[in-house]
Amino acid sequence: MNMVDITAAQAAYRDELVDAGLLIPTGVDGLYGRSGVFEDVVERFDALVTRWGGRDGAEVMRFPPALNRQYFEESEYLKSFPHLAGTIHSFGGDEKAHRTLLRRLEEGQDWTEDQVATDVVMTPAACYPVYPTIARRGPLPGEGKLIDVFSYCFRHEPSIDPARMQLFRMREYIRIGTPDQVVEFRELWLERGRAMMGSLEVPLDVDVANDPFFGRAGAMLSSSQREQKLKFELLIPITSSEKPTACLSFNYHQDHFGHLWDIHSADGDVAHTACVGFGMERVALALFRHHGFDTALWPGSVRKVLWG
Amino acid sequence: MIAGIRSVLAECGGLAVDAETLAINDDLYAAGLTSHGCVGLMLGLEEEFDVEFPEKLLNRRTFESIAAIRDAVRGLVDGGEA
Repeated sequence: MNMVDITAAQAAYRDELVDAGLLIPTGVDGLYGRSGVFEDVVERFDALVTRWGGRDGAEVMRFPPALNRQYFEESEYLKSFPHLAGTIHSFGGDEKAHRTLLRRLEEGQDWTEDQVATDVVMTPAACYPVYPTIARRGPLPGEGKLIDVFSYCFRHEPSIDPARMQLFRMREYIRIGTPDQVVEFRELWLERGRAMMGSLEVPLDVDVANDPFFGRAGAMLSSSQREQKLKFELLIPITSSEKPTACLSFNYHQDHFGHLWDIHSADGDVAHTACVGFGMERVALALFRHHGFDTALWPGSVRKVLWG
Repeated sequence: MIAGIRSVLAECGGLAVDAETLAINDDLYAAGLTSHGCVGLMLGLEEEFDVEFPEKLLNRRTFESIAAIRDAVRGLVDGGEA
């Protein structure tokens, strides 16, 4: 399948989803409303994640889909992904500037000149607010920490691929502790992820992956990430079997966030971190692709897993 | 060239040890070179030696030791592929 075919397949699936009423278009690629049926599947999958991971004693944290800009700046996200970041700006001018703004708006000119950056930045991944929060509490307890987050995330990558939304939800478990604790967590979820998604009867594969780092420095980071097998993805074909879609990811950050935020284990060493992320919309899209748009007609075994 | 590499390592590599104490075949990753440190090192070497690493050299192996860096930079300075 070449790029033209892949793009056509993505556009076709998006149109099918819109025609079926599962996604509600807004006129912006990658920005959709969701129907009740779509949300039901997301909620049932969210509950399934809790069934698999909820007994591990994670501390639940729910943040709005935005970050303290200072945390965002300290995270070095702009070093690696400047092209994906979404900063929130607001009008900062006086009455004269307001009149200018309205005039430009009316004349169809650029009206954004007097917009200034606020203290708020869109959350790029659900785990970002967690690290500075944990760092503020001081050294970790001996057993480390396990955190459960769920948030809308923003990435500026408009696409006609319904599986590449600009605003989408990510559930995550985040492990913070010694290298042994963190690696054990990731191994556990690599196994669980396969088993959990297998129970939904979708074709899947797990493979080494890399993040979409920016520029030549990014090429270096991507190749290093792959060589060290720091990121794995659980892939499910949605619009292409040759280029299946990452629906879960298993990430070992080594001591990157520990260093950035000065998080220390009980023994005083810099903490290591890892996370498992569940792409809620992508999983829903994969289920609709493989089991059809009418959830009442899904295989009984899959319905039982999700709805009981 | 080795002295130049050591000086870039000391300035940009973020190593846990003194770059002067490293033998040219010592493993830089074992000496504390991180992925992000490696990016700083790569950019520092490009500036120091006025070269540009092609994409196929942007991997961990290129920067694994002072000797490996020397070989790569030498290949680029000589105007050919490393």
